[in-house]
Parts: sequence; structure tokens; C-alpha cells
Amino acid sequence: MTTKIKITINDLEVEIDQGTSILNAARDIGVIIPTLCYHKDLCVAGNCRVCVVELVGQKKLSAACATPCEEGMNILTNSFKVRNSRKHIIELLLSEHNADCTRCYKNGNCELQKLASDFKIMTQDFIRLVPFKNYTIDHFSPSIIKDDSKCIRCQRCVRTCEEIQGVNALTVAYKGDQMKISTFFEKPMNDVICTNCGQCINHCPTGALVEKNYIEEVWDAIADKSCHVVIQTAPAVRVGLGEEMGLEPGTRVTGKMVAALRRLGFDAVLDTDFSADLTIIEEGSELMVRLKKVLVDHDSDIKLPMATSCSPGWIKYIEHMYPDCLGHLSTCKSPQQMFGALAKTYYAKVRNLKPEKIVSVSVMPCTAKKFEANRPEMHDSGYRDVDYVLTTRELAIMIKQAGIDFQKLIDEPFDRLMGESTGAGVIFGATGGVMEAALRTVYELVTGREIPFDNLNVTPVRGMDGVKECSIRIENPLEEWEFLEGVELKCAVAHGLINAKKVMDRIVSGTSEYHFVEFMACPGGCLGGGGQPIPTSPEIRQKRAEAIYAEDQGMPLRKSHLNPEILKIYADFLSKPLGEKSHQLLHTQYIRRERF
Amino acid sequence: MYPVSELIKNLADQHGRMRHNLLPILQGVVEQEKYLSEYSMLEIARELDLPAAEVYGTATFYSFLEHKKMGKYIIRICKTITCSMKGKNQIIKTIEDMLNINVGETTPDGNFSLLQTNCLGFCHMAPAMLINYEVFTDLTPEKVREILTVFINKKDKEG
Amino acid sequence: MAPTYQLKRLDFIFKNENDWKEILVGKINLPPQELINELISSELKGRGGAGFPTGLKWKLTSEEKEAVKYVICNADEGEPGTFKDREILSKVPLKVLTSMAICGYVIGSKEGYIYLRGEYFFLQHELNKAIEEFVAYCRKINFEFTIRIFMGSGAYICGEETALFESMEGKRGEPRNKPPFPSVSGYMGKPTVINNVETLAHTYTIFEYGAKRFYDLGVQYSRGSKLFSVSGDTPKPGIYELELGMSLVDFVDEFGDGDTKAVQVGGASGFLVPRKRFSETTIGFQGKLTGISLPTGGSMMLFNSSRSMYNVLDNYLEFFREESCGQCTPCRVGCQQLLNGIKAVKRGEKTAGYLEKLLRLAETMQFTAKCGLGQSVANSFSSIVENFREEMIY
Repeated sequence: MTTKIKITINDLEVEIDQGTSILNAARDIGVIIPTLCYHKDLCVAGNCRVCVVELVGQKKLSAACATPCEEGMNILTNSFKVRNSRKHIIELLLSEHNADCTRCYKNGNCELQKLASDFKIMTQDFIRLVPFKNYTIDHFSPSIIKDDSKCIRCQRCVRTCEEIQGVNALTVAYKGDQMKISTFFEKPMNDVICTNCGQCINHCPTGALVEKNYIEEVWDAIADKSCHVVIQTAPAVRVGLGEEMGLEPGTRVTGKMVAALRRLGFDAVLDTDFSADLTIIEEGSELMVRLKKVLVDHDSDIKLPMATSCSPGWIKYIEHMYPDCLGHLSTCKSPQQMFGALAKTYYAKVRNLKPEKIVSVSVMPCTAKKFEANRPEMHDSGYRDVDYVLTTRELAIMIKQAGIDFQKLIDEPFDRLMGESTGAGVIFGATGGVMEAALRTVYELVTGREIPFDNLNVTPVRGMDGVKECSIRIENPLEEWEFLEGVELKCAVAHGLINAKKVMDRIVSGTSEYHFVEFMACPGGCLGGGGQPIPTSPEIRQKRAEAIYAEDQGMPLRKSHLNPEILKIYADFLSKPLGEKSHQLLHTQYIRRERF
Repeated sequence: MYPVSELIKNLADQHGRMRHNLLPILQGVVEQEKYLSEYSMLEIARELDLPAAEVYGTATFYSFLEHKKMGKYIIRICKTITCSMKGKNQIIKTIEDMLNINVGETTPDGNFSLLQTNCLGFCHMAPAMLINYEVFTDLTPEKVREILTVFINKKDKEG
Repeated sequence: MAPTYQLKRLDFIFKNENDWKEILVGKINLPPQELINELISSELKGRGGAGFPTGLKWKLTSEEKEAVKYVICNADEGEPGTFKDREILSKVPLKVLTSMAICGYVIGSKEGYIYLRGEYFFLQHELNKAIEEFVAYCRKINFEFTIRIFMGSGAYICGEETALFESMEGKRGEPRNKPPFPSVSGYMGKPTVINNVETLAHTYTIFEYGAKRFYDLGVQYSRGSKLFSVSGDTPKPGIYELELGMSLVDFVDEFGDGDTKAVQVGGASGFLVPRKRFSETTIGFQGKLTGISLPTGGSMMLFNSSRSMYNVLDNYLEFFREESCGQCTPCRVGCQQLLNGIKAVKRGEKTAGYLEKLLRLAETMQFTAKCGLGQSVANSFSSIVENFREEMIY
């Protein structure tokens, strides 16, 4: 039971739930209070002070984000005092900020810039503090660039790294004028526990944290006529890209995206969903082998639950945090890396191309994929399997640079040969999607029947709960799988590394009975990835998820094992799941890393 | 085994291994080692199961938790208003000349570090300074020379 | 060991503490409400600087229904020009401990902490001995209350109560958003009474002599006596217990060197009073009788005509710039701008008119900073710039 209280905001009397913050109470009635350190995904910090409001009768102003409404409060959000103070605060932030906007990667998508514009800060009265500071730029990571001169100390990145990811690669260090956002001993981001997930980028209001972009490199490759440039597109990109193009969150733009990529000049526009389907075959087979080894052979070297390995942020996290648990990880490469390894082998062979002339580009909702592509072991084709990884945001920049009127594009289909996919591949983009896709296939392979969920929708693994569980009882399996008769297949899904930690702690302590767990580093899965359009919020991620499932629903095929290109690649090239070629190209191993 | 990791284990045994035990442990290491090395902070993080960055962020907040190598004797001169008015710069000059180092530096033999600090709470006996945890007040250049001479001889005796 | 100092008056605070056992036993056998009423009727206000009524603080915390509560003695005395708490803890520690224990009895807490600033490390040994003696006696009379020392490590901001809790919890000493207030959610999220050392010493006085004796001292809104830390250009620096409500003229007559140009009341976060305002200034908490409101941590710094007020302000601002926790914009950036701003004006890089912009900025800091530190920078800044404008200009 919440108590209702009466307050007044800008002379409007409203009734609201007790405990509501002034900020939210105002937003409910259409009064927008500017914010910087506030983010819907994070706990309230109340440190930027941009959202200050006047409580009539009080000399001091209050931070709207951090002050709960009380009965009878009389709030002014735009009084003389509020306006002047707010303007001062924005001026102060600008004085400490490297406001070289035209040369900033976030130019046009910066919350500080927008505030400066809204409040028309036209003068630079305060002394520029940037020259007094020893600002450094950390560009050693293949994924993330950290530029302290752009930082406004809102601590959103620190809260993200702690609250959403439980990684704590970033911290606040020093105090006073020296206070800064730092890693352990101010080491470069790629020398610490950072998983490259990029959530800090998604939550940074300015250009202090951005992805390392490879736009020019990709343009150069496209311009080089001797190169054959292939691009693969991850499932979550097609439900996010539209936001960068002025469309509502949740708009599906698959066909337009393909058309745009062709116009950009890529020689082949292919689909990571194809290799997602392939992942299901390999990973599903691996799961069944593991189940057999544990349940029938009682092989104590085989670890259950098996954990998915599609999310490179998650992989780096487990390598750092649970190095003794690497045996739980599926040896399957992620769809991006499977695709990359096949692009310079299978694809090259069928298309009669020299692999050294193929430039393999991917567009991902992810910054950790940049790190993954850069891992030294990802050269199984004999070349670097994936040459460049672009984020959804980088792709949007290229489309804009090319002068493509995105909304006017006519839908086009992917190229054939590693361009065909099923709905099971599409849902990889949402939390629970890998699990659902795997269950659709595994259940059918084991029992010969479709998974007993209405319309193939495995609803228990859908949705935004941090940890989801699902169990399916196997009855009347095919002869080959008789040992699974009566087995309750127990599965779990975790997204956001803080939730991954919860499940991992259960596994480590031996209190988990799971057979199979899907882990995704980012909240909502890939659709909430660190390379997706900014801003992000629970509502936006929800809309993207709905779009993913709608895309799945609209596909003629929705089970990975029915993908004709998958059947063909096994027939023509790989021969069988977990076969020799698969092991060479599609599987990998992991590295123990220091936790500290 | 590094002696400092022993020390950290002992401190953790003594104070506990919860987050709220962090400061006493950091202080305990500084008491012996004079500063927190990267290694010490990693060991503390490991011992308390805390993120290393958190340990670093917390330590750097506090002026007395140095994270650069310090001398055996850390001299901290109060630089706040009354001590400033009453001649702390003369004191600093005297020490700089005697030890042949500037503020912020450590003598090459690793015996003395010279730092400035904010109000020590001895404004009525300004200027004041700390050498490690010992307070010296009503300083004059002559008095400081005497005090330092004692410390220099002390260290000579200890070899 | 710190040298001791000759004090002028040893009225109450530094009077011997021989009767602490009687007071402890006497008080913990009274109903808590009676003790709260006594404190409230004394009108004792916190002596750390903010001046919150002590009785009310205890009352609010006592009303919280939580099994675990804490009593914390704030001995993070860091305000420039303040050194009274150290003297109390070295001379009459048992008074402070007794008050803490009685507070524990009143609010229903069994655990007390003294947050002692790192600079006072040398006090730790003697204080621990006093604590041992005290806790042993508590055990003897079957009164359950423990006291432990928690050492700070050199951070002025940790004197701010919520920053102090953060620090005790092993974190950076960054002030929290309020509400919730400590009486509801303090150390470890539990209801907490946090009192300044001197406040607890006065509490002892009140329990010793009764509220009336205390109330009869001082003036309306500012009852009782107060320790003053006197420093600067004075022939007799030291700690003095004086009645509240005295005129600054009388104070300067007593402590000045005959050439007093200005007095900084309340430390770097207090106000600078120029000579022409001495007669209209009364030392006390805000109220009808005071010329201007003065936060009274009790620091009194005297400056004679040989001193440059520009240098004084420069020193304060450098202090705040370094000691700000750095989390909120107005304080972190504001302090840097004020300091760089007066330097620029002094060097002639900015016009004298820039001082007006800085005064408005100081006002914004007062309105918008997250905690008392950032809010009070404006006190010294405005009072110095307004009264000694000519000294600020090139």
C-alpha cells in the first residue's frame, strides 16, 4: 500500500505516491527537469546538481533526483534562483571539460552539449581548467577509449560497472580537484579486469568513454578494389539501428539495413544469424555429448552445467573472475568468430576467392566483439578471422556519411551462402534467445517431436528478469538418447554480469542443479549491448526485445536445424557436428586471467 | 613469502575481512611500510575479496594513505592558514636545504620524505609538523634543525 | 606527545572527571525520556558547527525501532583554527565516554565509536587506556556498552557526518544524499547518533549540574558555554571556555594584539568579520540577538593589519579545493574557479568586475552543493571579498 500525498509543482497541485522523487513526480506531469548524473538503469547519485529545484521556504536548493516528495511540498523547477544556479553549474562543468565539440566522437549525441545548447551558454566567463589538468587518453584497448578531458565526473560509468556488471574495473580515485575516474593504479583499460562490454560507453553522457572506431579502415577496405569485403550483421543490430536513423525504438529495419550495406559498397551482405544457427547445432551437440558423458559414463572431467560462450564480455569475465570454471564453458566460438573462420575458408572456397583478399567485417551491438576478434587464437582460417568489428553506432555513422536516406530505402534480402537464417538465429539477440533456440533444436533431436511450447515460444526464458529458470522433462526420447528418459533438463539464463555472478556463485558452491546456462554480459542480452544506440533504458530494451521476437515470429523457418544452408555446409564442408573440421574452425579454448 | 602479505593476513585476522575493515587494514600496512604499493593493494583486495579498483579508489581518497614509495620518516608540514602566517615556508626552506630535497620528494637514501599537509590542529602553536605520527610545534628554523639532527643521528645509529 | 597549554578558564569542560562513575550509574537508572527532556530543556546545540539541537537528535534516534543502533563521537576535528576536541580527549576523555554510554542507554544502542582524525594518531594510546577502564567498569555494573576507536586517514570532509559513516564503512568519504538522516539511517544503515566531542562534554556538564545551570549561561538561542580555539595574531593563543553571546569587541579586547584588523569566526568555513563590524557582532548561533549568524565550531583566528586578506582567502580556497570530496559539481569545480578567479584578478588577467561573477558563483555553491563543505565556502569567500575588495584587486 502506498500512501498518496499532495504536492505542488510550478503552481500545479498533484497527487502522487509517497516516496516518489521530485524528478519523477515532475516528469509524470510533463515538467522536465534536466539531469546528467541520473540514469534510469542506475542508483541515484545526486552529484551533478543540474537537477536542483527550489522548495518554497528553503534557502538551499534540492537535487530533484535525490529528494523524495513530502506532503505539502511546494516545488519550483524554473524559478529565478533555479535558472541561475543551473546555468552556473553547466558553466562550471564546461569549464572543466574539453569542449572541443567539433572534433569529438560524441558530437551531436552528448548530454552536456545538449544542456549547453538548451541553456544557450554563449560565454566562457569562467577560467578554462583543462590546461591545468594532466588529462590523459587511454586508447590501448581494442574496444574502448577513455578520455579524461571529456569526463564530467557524474560517475555513471562507475555505477554501471559496479551495479549492472559487478566488474568494478572503474572507480573514483583521489579527491577534490584531483578527483577522477580511474582503473586500478590508473592502468590502461586493457590491462585490468575490464570485460570490454561497453556498458560504460552506453551510460556515459559525454565523449569520455567511446568505442574505438574502425570506420576509416572499413572505408579503405571498401575502396580497395582488389579486396572482397564481406559484412556479417548480428541479430540485435537490426532492431537497434533504426533508432540512430530517427525511427522509434523497436522498429525492425532488417531489409533497409541490408540495402544500406549494399549501397555502402560491401561485396557481400551476410548474416551472423546463419552462424548463430550453426552455433546451435554445434553447441546443442556438445550439450548432448556432455550429458551422455556425465549421466552414462560418469566422466568426472566433464563439467555441468555447460555455459554458453557467445558473449565475449561474459567470456572475459569468467576468465578473470572464475578461472577455475573455464571447463563449464562450451568450446564453441561465438557466431561472429564461427562466421569469420568460415568466411576465409568455406566461403572463399565456394566463391572461388583468395582468402587473403577477403576482408571480413562484422557489425555488432557490442564492443567486446572488437576485443574478441583481436584475440590471438582467432586465426583458425590461417588469417585473422574477423578483420574489423563495427558497432551499430559506427554503421549508422557510415550510412549517414554515405548520404543514404535510410527511411526511403526499399527492403532487400541478404546474399546467399551464409546469408540464410532461421528465427532461432534471430533471437540470439535477446536474453534467453540462445537458450530458446537451443531447446527448440535439442528437444526435437532427442525426442523427434517439437518442443512442447505454444508456437515454439519458450516463454519462461523470455523477459527481463535478471536470472530466469526453465526445466523440461524428457519423455520417450529416440533410441539413441534413451539415457535421457525422464531427465528433467534444467536450464537457467542470466544477463548483465551482476546476474551472471549470482548464477556462477551457485555453480561454484555446488548448489546449482542446472545442466545448461545461457550467460550474456549485457542487460537484455545483445539488444542492450555496449555497441547499441545511445540512450538506453529498460523501456528501450523492452521494445527492442519485442522487435526481436516479432522478427522470429515472421520467419518461415524457426529452428536452426532446418536452415538449408546449415544442412548444406555440413554436407559439403564440415561433414558433421563436432567433427574434425568443426573442431579446427568453430571451437576454441580459454585463458585463465588474473582476478586482480 | 613477502613479509607484506604476512602483514596483510595478520591485519585481516585482527580486524576482519569485511568492507568496513578496509581502512584499518590500509592504515596498518602504511604504519609499517609507509605507503601502499600496487602489490599491497592487490593483496588486500584478494584478502578481503574486494575489487582492486575499489581498494585503489578508497586509498587515494585519504591523504595519509600514500601510494608512492615514501621514506622511513615522513615529514608533513602544516600549510594551513595559521602555520602559513607564522612562517611555515621558512621551515620548509630549512628542511629542503638540510635534506637537499624539495617538497614531494624523498631523500636518495630513502630515509626522509617531505610533504605538506592540511590543518594539523595546532594553530595555537604554529607552525607545526608531523614526523610520522609525532607532532612538533612552535617551529623555528633553529628548532627544526635540532629536531632533524636528532632524527638523522637516530637513523645513523640504527645503521 | 603533544605539549599541553595553559588555559584561561576551566569552568566546566576541563573540570576534573572524577565523578563519572556516579553520573553514569545515576543516569542509566533514570527513564530515557527524562534524560532526553533534560537535554532538550538545556537547549544544547551541537558544537561541531551545524548547531543541531542535541536533545532532539537523541529523541529522534530513540524513536527508531531497530535492534542495532550506534553512538558515534565525531573527533574528526579538521576545521582550520579548531583544536579543542583534541584537548578534551586528552584531558577529560571519561566525560566523553560517559556521555556516549548514556546516549547508548537513551537510544538503545550497545556500540559506540570514536572517529579520531589520523592527525591525532598520538592520542590513540592514552584514549584506548581510558576506554579500557571505562568499558571494564561498564561490565562490572552489568551495563552493556562497548566503545572502539576508528582512525581517520587525513580527509577533512570525513567530519561531515554521512561522509564519516562512509569512511567507517571502508569507503571513500563522500557525503550521502539527505534524507535519510543519521537518526534513521546512519552507520551501516542503522539509526545513529553522531555527536561532536565537545557536545558530549557539554552533555556531561548538563548531566552533572542539571539543565538549568547550563541554560542560564549564554543568551537566547545560544545557551551554555563553548570552547574557543584562539589563534593567529594574538598574544595568548589557546583554548578558552567562554559564555556564548559575547560581543566580538569584548573578545578582541581580551585576545587581540591591539591591531586586530579582522577575525575569522568559525574557521575557514566561517565568516570573516572586519574591524568595523566588531561591535555589532555577537558570537552565537543564529537568532535575534546576533548581528550575523555564525557557525560556531569555535575557531577564532585573529588577523592584524600586517596581514593580506588576499593571502588568507587564497589559503582557505586552496584548502577547500584539495579537501572537497570532489563528487558534486558546484564544490569540486566551484572551488577551483574561485581560487583561480581571485588569482586572475590579482594578476590583472581578469577585471575587478569578475569578483562579482565569483560572488554569484559562491552563492550558487551555497544553494546547490551536496553537503555543508561546499555550501559554506561562500561564507569566507563572500565576507572577505566584500569587506576587503581593494586587497583582491591588482
